[in-house]
This record gives sequence, C-alpha cells and structure tokens, in this order.
Amino acid sequence: MSDVAKFLVGCAVERMEDARFLSGSGNFADDLAVDGMLHAAILRSPIAHARIMSIDASAALAMPGIHAVITARDIGDAIPIIPLRLAPLPEFEPFRQPVIASDKVRYVGEPIAVVVADSRALAEDALETIGIEFEALSAVTERGASENALFDFAEDNVALRYDAGFGDADAAFASADYVRTERFSVQRHTALPMETRGLLAEWNSSAGRLVVTGATKVTFYNRRALAQMLGVREDDIDLIEIDVGGGFGVRGEFYPEDFLIPFAARKLARPVKWIEDRREHLMAINHSRDIACELSLACRSDGMMLGLRGRIFADMGAYIRTNGGVVPAKAAQFLPGPYRIPNVSVSVEAFMTNKTPVGTYRGPGRFEANFFRERLIDMAATDLGIDIAEFRRKNLITEQELPYPIDGLVPYEGPTSYDTGDYVEVFERALKEIGWHEKRHLQGKLIDGVRHGIGLGCFVESGGAGPKENAAVTLEKDGSLTVAVGSSVLGQGLETVLGQIASDTLSIPFDRIRVLHGSTTLLDEGFGTYHSRAVVMGGSAVLDAATRLREKILQQASNHLGRPNSELKLVNAKVVADNGASVSFAALAAGRELQADGTFSNDVRTYSYGTHAAHVTVDPRTGAVKVLDYIAVEDVGRAINPAIVHGQAIGAIVQGLGGVFLDHLIYDDQGQLLNASLADYLVPTASDFPVLRAVTLELRPSPSNPLGAKGAGEGGIVAVAAATANAVAAALAPLNVEIHHLPLTPPRLWRLIKNAHARAITAA
Amino acid sequence: MTPVRSVRLTVNGTQTTVTVEPRTTLADALRNELRLTGTHLGCEHGVCGACTVIVDGAAVRGCLMLAVQAEGREITTVEGLGSAAHLGALQLAFRKHHALQCGFCTAGILTTAHALLTDEPHADEDRIREVISGNLCRCTGYLPIIAAIMEARIAYSDLQCEAAQ
Ligand code: FES
Ligand code: FES
Repeated sequence: MSDVAKFLVGCAVERMEDARFLSGSGNFADDLAVDGMLHAAILRSPIAHARIMSIDASAALAMPGIHAVITARDIGDAIPIIPLRLAPLPEFEPFRQPVIASDKVRYVGEPIAVVVADSRALAEDALETIGIEFEALSAVTERGASENALFDFAEDNVALRYDAGFGDADAAFASADYVRTERFSVQRHTALPMETRGLLAEWNSSAGRLVVTGATKVTFYNRRALAQMLGVREDDIDLIEIDVGGGFGVRGEFYPEDFLIPFAARKLARPVKWIEDRREHLMAINHSRDIACELSLACRSDGMMLGLRGRIFADMGAYIRTNGGVVPAKAAQFLPGPYRIPNVSVSVEAFMTNKTPVGTYRGPGRFEANFFRERLIDMAATDLGIDIAEFRRKNLITEQELPYPIDGLVPYEGPTSYDTGDYVEVFERALKEIGWHEKRHLQGKLIDGVRHGIGLGCFVESGGAGPKENAAVTLEKDGSLTVAVGSSVLGQGLETVLGQIASDTLSIPFDRIRVLHGSTTLLDEGFGTYHSRAVVMGGSAVLDAATRLREKILQQASNHLGRPNSELKLVNAKVVADNGASVSFAALAAGRELQADGTFSNDVRTYSYGTHAAHVTVDPRTGAVKVLDYIAVEDVGRAINPAIVHGQAIGAIVQGLGGVFLDHLIYDDQGQLLNASLADYLVPTASDFPVLRAVTLELRPSPSNPLGAKGAGEGGIVAVAAATANAVAAALAPLNVEIHHLPLTPPRLWRLIKNAHARAITAA
Repeated sequence: MTPVRSVRLTVNGTQTTVTVEPRTTLADALRNELRLTGTHLGCEHGVCGACTVIVDGAAVRGCLMLAVQAEGREITTVEGLGSAAHLGALQLAFRKHHALQCGFCTAGILTTAHALLTDEPHADEDRIREVISGNLCRCTGYLPIIAAIMEARIAYSDLQCEAAQ
C-alpha cells in the first residue's frame, strides 16, 4: 500500500511559510534596502477642515540631506484622483480623494507634502520646518451638520441615499401583532495590522520602467490605476508583493502614498522608500464600521418574523475611497441575516465628515448588521415572552428553503441567493457547545458579585466573489513545482493552502513546491484577495492549472514509457505504469520545463453561516466584563487546512471582541483624532480573552467551485458583537439596562447601570 | 552633519561595532546597520513589543533603547534563536501550534518568551499570559501562542538541568 497517495487537502499540515518568519528571515517592506535609496516622510494636515493659503518649504529645502519637498503644485494642474474599485456608484464620483491636498484639507492626516531625504530621520526633521498657512473652517464631525459642506459643489454632506428591499414591508408592519424600533450604533475603528504600510518605488529612467515593491491585495488593479495617474503604460510598471504583516481588508487598497512615492521616485530618478509610522497609520489607513442604524421588526405574537425595516447611516469620513459604499451597503444587505423574513425594506445614507475616510475591515457591514438585528431579536423575544433560542429556531431559514433568494437589497448588485447549508443544525451545535440548556438559568443571576449572561448571534456571510482568478504551474527542470497565482497573500497562510492543492493534484511532495503570489510579473492578469476569495478563487485556479499540468505530464510520460495514459498514474513525483515501469518528474522536465495555465471564473457567491454564543459576567460596580466562554460554530463548506481555518477563526473572534470592548477611534468636535497611538488606541492582549473556542464544520460544500470551499476568513468576526452584546444585555437585564451602542467599555456600562438605577428610584 | 558614535556590542554571539547617530535606536541599528531585519517595528513607541530583543538576558524594547546604551552589552535577536534550517525548540513549537499567521509580531514574541523561559522554565499559563500581554498580535488571537510557549517549557527545563549537572 506504500504507493497510495497521502492527501494533504483537509489536513492540518504545518505551514510552508513559517520557517522563514520564525527565523527572522521574512522579507517585509521595511526590510528592503537598495543602493542609492532615499527615504520619504509625509506632511499631514494637523487640522480637520481648512483652506491651504500657502506652503513654505524653503527652510526644509535648505537643510542638508533633503532632496525634495513635493506638494500639489509639483504634481501639476490635474491632481490624480483615487478611483472607486468597488461599488462604483456615480453619486460617489465627486467625493473621491485626490492623492494630495491642494487648496483644502478635509481630515487630520491628509497628505499635504512629501519630503524626500537621505534618511527617514532627516525627512522627519524637515517636516517640522515646513510652514503652512491655513484658514480654518469649522469641522463637520456628525450627521446632519449641513451648514458646513465639505465640498463646494454640494449643498449638504450627504453623498448618497438609496432605498432597497423586497416584499411589502409597509403592509407587513401594518398587519403585525408586534412592532419594535430601536437605534443602534457601532463605533469607528480600524483593522490595525501589526505591520504598518510601506513601499519602495524604483524608477529606471533609461528603460522608463517603474517597480513598486510592497504592494498587495489587488496589485493588478492598482497597477492599472497607477499607470493612468502617472501617464505610463501598464506594462511599464510592476507591482511586487513580498511578505505582508496582516491585511484584514485595509491594506493594499490604493492610497495616496501609492501614487506619491512612485511619483517621487520618478521625479528624483532615485529609489524612494516610505514606511508609515504608527501615528500616521491610525490617521491615514482606512477606518471602518462607524454605522448607526434605526431598525424595526414586525412579528406575529407567536414570534414569527414578518417584516424588517432598517435605516443605515454611515459616516464615510472626508472622501470616498476605493471601497465606495461597500460598508453601508453590506450593513443594509445583511440586516435580515439567516432568517425567513418575507418583507424587508432598507435605506442607506452615506454622509461625509472631517474624519479619515472609511473602507472595508474584516466582515465589513456584517459585524454591524448582525449586532443590530440580533440585539433587536433578543428585545422582541423578551417582549413576547419567548425563549431567545426558540425565537431564532422558529425563524431560521431551513435547508428545504435553500437556495433562498435575497435579491434587491443592494442596488448595484444582481440577484443572489443563500446557497447551501443547514442553519438550524449549526445553531443547535452552538447551543450544545456553550451548554445553553444547563446554563440558561444563569441569565441575569448575581453570583459572587457579578452578573452572568449568555448571548447568541446567528449569521450568514458572503465570500468567494468573482469574477475570476488566474494561476500558472510549472514543473521545473529539477522536478520541483512552482505555483504562481494572482491572489495576494496577506499573512493568512495561503501559500500552504495552495501548495496542498497542487501537491494532491500532482502527487508531488509539499516541500518540492514553491508558491509565488500577487506580483504583476507572474501572470498577465490577477484579481487579488478580498471578500474571502483567495481560497475559493485562487485555490480553484491552481486546481485547474495543476489538472492541466497533470495531463501534460501524463502525455509526456506516455511517450517516454510507451504506455497509454490509461495505464499510468502519478505517484510521489513519478509516473508509474501498470507494468511497473516508471519515470520521474525531474526526468520528464529535464529538457524543458512543463507549464500549464489555469483559471477559474465564478459569478456565484458562496455563503458560509454559523452561530456564535458567549457567556460573560459583568461586575455591576465597575462595568467590567469578563468573557468566561465563547464559541463560534461555522460551516465553511470545505476546510483545505483545518488548522489554518481554525487559527483564522480564533484570531477573528479576538479582533471582534476588540471591536466590542476596546478598539475605538475617538474624535473631538474639532475633528481631532484623540488616540493616534497604541498607548491610547486599545486592542486585545494575551490576557484579555483566554477562553475561546471555534468549531469549523464541513456540512455542506459549496456547489459553486470544485473545492467546495466557502469564504472562511470572516465568519469568526461577523457575529461577535451580536453574541457578546446580547450576553452583556442578558447579564444586566435585571437592572433594566439595554445595550444599543458599542464599544462596551466599563465607563459606558457603569453609566448605563447608574442611570437605570436613578430611573428606578425616580419611578419609585 | 550629525555626529556619529561607534558602539561595540555582541550580537548573537559575535562581537561587532556599529557607527550610529546618538539618536539611533537599538532596533534601527540592528536592522539598518547590521541588517538583522528579523526584529520588527510595529509602533516605535514601546507598546507593541514587535521590536523586543534580549539584552544581557532581559527582554528589552529595541525601539526604546538607544544603540549607544548597548555599548558592551550582549544582544540576542530572533536570528540568534535558530535558523530556518535549524529551528530552536520555541520556534518548532510555534510552527506546530500555528502560533503565527502573518509573522510580523513573531520575532518579538519569540524573544520575549525565550527570555521568560530561560529565567522561569516552569512559568505557568497565567504567568506566560501576563508576560506575553506586552506583545500585540493581530492575527492569532494569542491562544496558539500561549499553547506553543507552554509546550516549549520542557526544552528549557531540560537546559536548566543540563546546566545544573
Ligand atoms: S516597535 Fe517597539 S514596542 Fe512597538
Ligand atoms: S501573526 Fe500577524 S500579528 Fe501576530
């Protein structure tokens, strides 16, 4: 039996990227150093809203080691504008961000000038000497402040409004036994990858070519955008992806610096490196969430949901960047969740403020929508005297009802349906894991000075977006395999996962495989990594390429061994014939490497789904919350590497708990970001959430791709606010405290408890 | 031009001299002068722990210590804990437990854990959590990191036994 192939797909194989990271031999953006390299630092607006009257860089230019100070004037009359990559609604066009401020600044952190110097320290020294005269304008920091329009062409600060829905919500609400309306919000926060952004741009003047290293996520798209802005041919630019210290949605979108640094390199004909510092990062990279919602639910008295009405209000910050209105659009789309709600109407209002622009962060819109809906469900169930688990069970879409269309909730998207799954089974599994039946009597109980609460949150989550991904595999002359893919690696272990797929298809040992990714040099076109698509799309493209290469290998071996294909099989980097003759891959490729391209197109989204459950205690004297137990159950269709999927789920839960309790970008009414350092912007540490569990199921493979995989990177985060806030609310229910707004900081909870107490006293 | 100073120090067992401005941090000197780029910078203000190196046995934030303060000291960086071909016990445990994803925080966590286990090979889970809570990781949620460090303890207590014999 020794020749039976050992399949890697489905196994928790150790990651091929780990050895280099563990030994400190990874290659991240700031590790790059080339001869003649200069360093850039960026002067950012210290004011939220102002006209720029003048810029005086003479003192900076006179300093030793300073090569240039680049401002809007150096870039020309037409300042390039960052394009909308997603959800390109025409309403957003006029609100897009120029790559540098020319006459007006609209948020603290907006680039005004780029200093290029012999060292980063010198460049930063010079920043301080640049004199800028501003005429301050009053800052807009909230919705409805229409008297100070950010943009001269607009009457107010609303960039977009739309209504969408299906069924007849008005009729459903008119006929319902029970209706409840509440307002909720999720605070502004951001992904905070541990590596800040950074780029090295090298311009070769004689060849007229530009190489930008440190790119990621959507390199081919960004190359197109950059080529247009610089007025050079796309082919004359290469974007190179190296190791990336975390993406989570924010990294790799086209930011102002993605133009400014290449521009500086071309202008000076020298390599220019820019590494963002953490303070800049917090004010420059996309912020996210920051959504308020007015949500109404209509039910029969037995708890059957009849209708849902949601009004989403999204603070987009000062400009609409590449992600367009994805965050509010997805918040609206995922309001109904995994429930059978026949009548849904949603509206979206995206408004502008003098804050950093908003983009996607892991689970964009879903984190928020699930929190809003699951909170309201608990309130409705309690009002109707129905157990919170029973209420959900009654309304979850059953397997017989799938595929379940949810068309019409996003105006710029075509029809879509929840595909496959058993929502109820996964829900029951989560109840079992958290011990719902044994622990439900603890709800609100005061034990040893703390109140216990258990919360549930169900979700459905899209992933694996099309349109396409490409891959190429090459059997090298030495018999090793090179896999190249258009997907980007953002620290999620994709090299290993793609290696597993190639290894199985070609019966080639894992350690003979090298995975190259993301760079524009590898393929003619690639589509990148976003919307949990890397495994679904990239993995399927690699599978296709490897399958084609397999045919070539068999053909070659058939000639070589004189046996028909039907008598050949691939075993451990060899082709073996029924008669025992064999030839190694290395021998087959010795003369010329064998190569095959693969592609995968797909317009059908996958929908993973699951349930989270949390058991918390709240200390009513301090408002401090402890998470005693947390379980996330998700069906991902197929887990290529269960350890990687599990690791991502645990990491995502902790990020989500940060979003519930800690992460918060705080602005004052002048539009100043008050906590732009890691001392002030809090994220979870190792001692915050020690008990967490994730169960990854493979109940219903996706029918839309040959791997059966569904997006798996986001299911761990999307229902964290829902389950946790419900648990906190359950703990505090006896004190008449309701939870509507995140983050659940001790001061906020303490105040809610105190106010509820004061109300009770007044009423008595 | 800014004055420069020479600093003599031992890095991963090798004596060396770096020439730096007085304001250069130890982390920048290691990364830029000695090209030991395994030490990372995540915040440059002492919070994230990515820059942690071991100075005379103690875990130190390389972004908060000046290179000139390292005169005569013995420094261990992640590169000194084992190479890609010969990973050390802690590194192997990290790989086994999937205790890293993007790998950016990893060097600082390995050095912190190495300093801890060298001093306290029997540190319990709470103690490990307490110490590692000075290092930020945005990918893993910390659970596998703690599990890996717990597992690696055995290798350090063996070392202590050997040293005692
Ligand atoms: S870089 Fe030194 S602690 Fe963050
Ligand atoms: S592995 Fe990415 S920050 Fe820790």
